[in-house]
Amino acid sequence: MSEQVRILPRCGWGEAKWRLLGNRLTALALLLILLIALLALLGPLVSPWGYDTLDWQHLAGPPSLTARHWFGTDRLGRDLFVRTLDGVRLSLAISLIASIMSLLIGVTFGAIAGLAGGRLDGWMMRCVDVLYSLPYLFIVIILTTLFSRGSLAALLVALAAVGWLTTARIVRALTLALRRREFIEAARATGLSGPAILLRHVVPNLLGPVAVYATLIVPQMILFETFLSFLGLGVQEPHASLGSLIYGGAQEMESAPWMLLVPALFLVVLLLCLNLIGDGLRDAFDPRER
Amino acid sequence: MLNLALRRIGGILLTLLVIISVSFAIIRLAPGGPFDQEQALSAPVRANLERAYGLDRPLGVQYVRYLGALAHGDFGPSLRQPDFSVSELIAQGLPLSATLGLAAILVAALSGICAGLAAALWRSRGADLSLAALTALCIALPSFVIGPLLALVFGVKLHWLPVAGWQDHSARYLVLPVVTLALPVAAYLARLTRASLLEVLGAPFVRSARARGLGAARVLWRHALPPALLPVVSYLGPAVAFIITGSLVVESVFGLPGTGRYLVQGAIDRDYPLVMGMVIVYGALTLLFNLCADLVCGWLDPRTRHE
Repeated sequence: MSEQVRILPRCGWGEAKWRLLGNRLTALALLLILLIALLALLGPLVSPWGYDTLDWQHLAGPPSLTARHWFGTDRLGRDLFVRTLDGVRLSLAISLIASIMSLLIGVTFGAIAGLAGGRLDGWMMRCVDVLYSLPYLFIVIILTTLFSRGSLAALLVALAAVGWLTTARIVRALTLALRRREFIEAARATGLSGPAILLRHVVPNLLGPVAVYATLIVPQMILFETFLSFLGLGVQEPHASLGSLIYGGAQEMESAPWMLLVPALFLVVLLLCLNLIGDGLRDAFDPRER
Repeated sequence: MLNLALRRIGGILLTLLVIISVSFAIIRLAPGGPFDQEQALSAPVRANLERAYGLDRPLGVQYVRYLGALAHGDFGPSLRQPDFSVSELIAQGLPLSATLGLAAILVAALSGICAGLAAALWRSRGADLSLAALTALCIALPSFVIGPLLALVFGVKLHWLPVAGWQDHSARYLVLPVVTLALPVAAYLARLTRASLLEVLGAPFVRSARARGLGAARVLWRHALPPALLPVVSYLGPAVAFIITGSLVVESVFGLPGTGRYLVQGAIDRDYPLVMGMVIVYGALTLLFNLCADLVCGWLDPRTRHE
């Protein structure tokens, strides 16, 4: 009797999912990222070399199949295939952790400011403005000096310290809009305390927009991390980050261009794909597009 | 207007003071000191050095002394390059860095705005798509990738321009660095200009200007362009911050003796006065350009003018 008709969901995650996968470019970017992540996880296991193995037979050797250096070697004879993929893994891990840290700080700060309102809100946002008006690099460079050189903790703290600013602004604006809604007022009327309202009513309502923004923060963090490593303030030898590999490659580009091209290609593809996914997500969730 | 500007300048000075205090505190809390070297100094030598530079005093005293010297325009001596004061080091590098930055901003503004205008006025699917792809690429590519790649193509392979260095003050050495710095900003400006002009061109006041029989050129220049440029001008402040950051990389990639290396090397060496000097100079520049952007916005947009 009843004929099953497939109806596209009209709201929330269901529709967003369809829009996201329907966007071919976004789907392609998602696929590429998964491939790169898989390669970064499995690639170093396949190669006979370690990230700090020296191969004296092939110093600054070009990519070759017979030598089993698929992306070539650097001046010390270290395999670039393994080092690049190791760098991708490290860059991805650092930026993911830093993104989560900066989201946590940003959401807490923004939600408190938005919910508190008044003078506290004014002062909290004034702090954000001051930090915002500086080139982020100052904060980061000065923060990295707080720790011994090359410690991962320093890098994470520095990245999180600049990452939370935009999140805090967005979250505050969203919270301000939520604050006047009836259900918050009802929660107040039932005698719920400020922190409880924050956790039970404000934060859950922020999750959607923040999730979208979070996908745009990851490429930002990758950019910061590789930038610091390029300047020599981030990941230190013998470990490799895409940034330090590009720095090494730029020094040798006249004699060994693959040392520059391989890590640069990986970084560019990674950044482009992550940006495309973020844009796709934003479009999928943007109510104006419906 | 003057009142507003004065109030904003007061705000800038206050912000600078906060920046100075915070960075002074953080960098002094950092472990290590300027006299840590491979070969440890003997204790008396070290004590003498610290006394000579006033580093043996309590932090509060050092802070007040530093601010006092600063009020007289004295950034103090460099701890790691003992023959130079920080002001001398900055004076050596700043002309080149400023030339580089200003040229990059000019190139970026001109090319970005023109590309955005063209894309908004002559719309076609192909042009829209290629502009979107090109700007996405330019924005996603960090300067430390663009720079070496440009040097590889135009310097190493084609031999059109020098790969790196700075000789005889020849402008040839600045072409690639300026392009590297300008590309991402130009791409962003092109997007901003295109989007905002398209929005303004659809606004009622533009339609009514057309209805009054004004020519297309007059509608564009007198009515559509000033409001369309507002978001572009407000981006000027962030753009300057972006270019200052980028110049650190670009000076390192192209081997230009600007001021960028002082900040990074000073932080690594714990050369306190040098890092502080750089933070103050760059911080003041950023704040100043933000102020300029705000003032120009006020001039372009009658709604934001204060009586």
